[in-house]
Amino acid sequence: MADQIYNAIFIGSIYALFALGFTLVFSVLDILNLAHPALFTLGAFTALFAMQQGVPAALAVVIAFAVCGGAGVLLDRVAFAPLRRRNAPPLSAMISSIGVSLIVIRLIQLKYGPDLQSYPRGSLPADVMTVAGLQIDTLRTVIIGLAVALMVGLTLLVRRSRLGRELRALAENPRAARLLGIDVDRAIAATFFLSAGLGGIAGALYGFATNSPFSQMGLGFELKAFSVMIVGGMGSIPGAVLGAYLLSFGEVASLTFLPSELRDAFAFGLLFIVLLIRPSGILGQRAVDRV
Amino acid sequence: MEELQAFFDAYQTTIGFIGINAILALSVWLTLYTGQLTLGNAAFMGIAAYGSALLTLKAGFPFPLALLCGALLAAAISLPLGATVFRLRGVYLAIATLAFGEVVRVAILAIPITGRGQGLVGIPPKTELWHIFASLLVITYVCARLRISSVGRAWSAIREDEVAAASQGIPVRRYKLAAFVLGALIAGWAGGIAAHFNFAIQPDEYGFARAVQILVFAIVGGIPNVIGPIMGAVVLTALPAVLQPLQEYRDILQGAILVIVIVYAPRGLATLLDVRRAARLRHVGAQDVA
Repeated sequence: MADQIYNAIFIGSIYALFALGFTLVFSVLDILNLAHPALFTLGAFTALFAMQQGVPAALAVVIAFAVCGGAGVLLDRVAFAPLRRRNAPPLSAMISSIGVSLIVIRLIQLKYGPDLQSYPRGSLPADVMTVAGLQIDTLRTVIIGLAVALMVGLTLLVRRSRLGRELRALAENPRAARLLGIDVDRAIAATFFLSAGLGGIAGALYGFATNSPFSQMGLGFELKAFSVMIVGGMGSIPGAVLGAYLLSFGEVASLTFLPSELRDAFAFGLLFIVLLIRPSGILGQRAVDRV
Repeated sequence: MEELQAFFDAYQTTIGFIGINAILALSVWLTLYTGQLTLGNAAFMGIAAYGSALLTLKAGFPFPLALLCGALLAAAISLPLGATVFRLRGVYLAIATLAFGEVVRVAILAIPITGRGQGLVGIPPKTELWHIFASLLVITYVCARLRISSVGRAWSAIREDEVAAASQGIPVRRYKLAAFVLGALIAGWAGGIAAHFNFAIQPDEYGFARAVQILVFAIVGGIPNVIGPIMGAVVLTALPAVLQPLQEYRDILQGAILVIVIVYAPRGLATLLDVRRAARLRHVGAQDVA
């Protein structure tokens, strides 16, 4: 029981990190960035590459953040910025992000192939503590702590900092934001850097925990992230965190009465019901497009 | 003549899938033309694929009847679904239909008669190439006629401005639902045909990736007219076969094409061909959906 709760907290933290980056771009720019899973995967492989060169795991996570953040800014320049200049609708951006995703995944496959990889032996902490009869491994505990710190950090950044105020202004009304003297291009670049960087960290951490990064590891995560965002409230950062843990606990609980291959049914059943009953989600405040 | 025969034999599967994908692209075109972004057609395809395959495999139904039953089953499920989800719009509608698709995939995994994760094998290969292209022809004709009919004009009106359409007395929900159910019927027909073309089916074939793929065919081809989705399906299905020697870089090229089309030809490939009419057609495209 305690074991399962621990597991739910762990997987919920990964969902939350993944969904935060996803939700950040959606809330500021209304784009569903389907390249986010590819950036997640890129994070895991950037860490792998760094660690194969002898870089310690902690530094590899930082490198994954920086590389994926840079890739996110590039993604915006190539696939989204031209559409924004033309005032194209969100659907166009979604399709072009699919294109980018195909490219990124294939580039990873060209270097590492389609098979499961593993991190260099001994580069990840492997010790297991037993606390009050509960087996806790150091790695997962550190990952949970880091994930929670990042969630708090992002929330503070958006709520309290100057950049956060700019992002919120941009989300509200890009034209007004520009008129108020906000450097919109810089704010958008920052959004993509943070979003993709968080996705990259999530990928690296998930890769560490499973110790089997592979080129398709991001598959399924975008669907879970949809569920997390809708349940918590589209575009809401605390909503994404709440949704992530609700989902992970729900999934773990559902395993007690559903066979394991039906675990996904919980996520999508929940998503579907929330959409029909309360499409703005638990913490969503924005008016939802309804007819 | 012999060479032509050899060509057909060598590329029979690819040619068949070009036709099937074109039908699927048309199935999603109906809702896109109405300005609604739905991603449930992969699931309808799957429902009909399993339905019709089980009927020929286990119940010994004749092929055409099984196809029809499969497609009708998909349409029957789409009706209550559409009645519920068309309260939503934009990304919410897209995500709701996507979630439905995942529920279908999981349901297939849960029902023993579907063979669960292993899928169904040994489906009688009843589909001939001419079945596929005759279906495509009929469906293209129906869609083209609908487009220029009063129904098509109502769909256009809804896409351009839903409130204005409603104020003109167009029953918006009903027209959206009609496009959705007809799309499900067509996707179902394609699913049945594909299942009997392919010998084996698996639940994963009808997931998120397929839903997105169908959407991409229609958007890349362009949605102002019915030729667009067909073109998109033809180009994007033939491309991997043509690029066989470049197998390793295929996804990269395909991804690049997606980005380039969306950035430089946002109304789709179909509008590029006809420069003279393009100006007139320019008012419909990926631009106008969602």
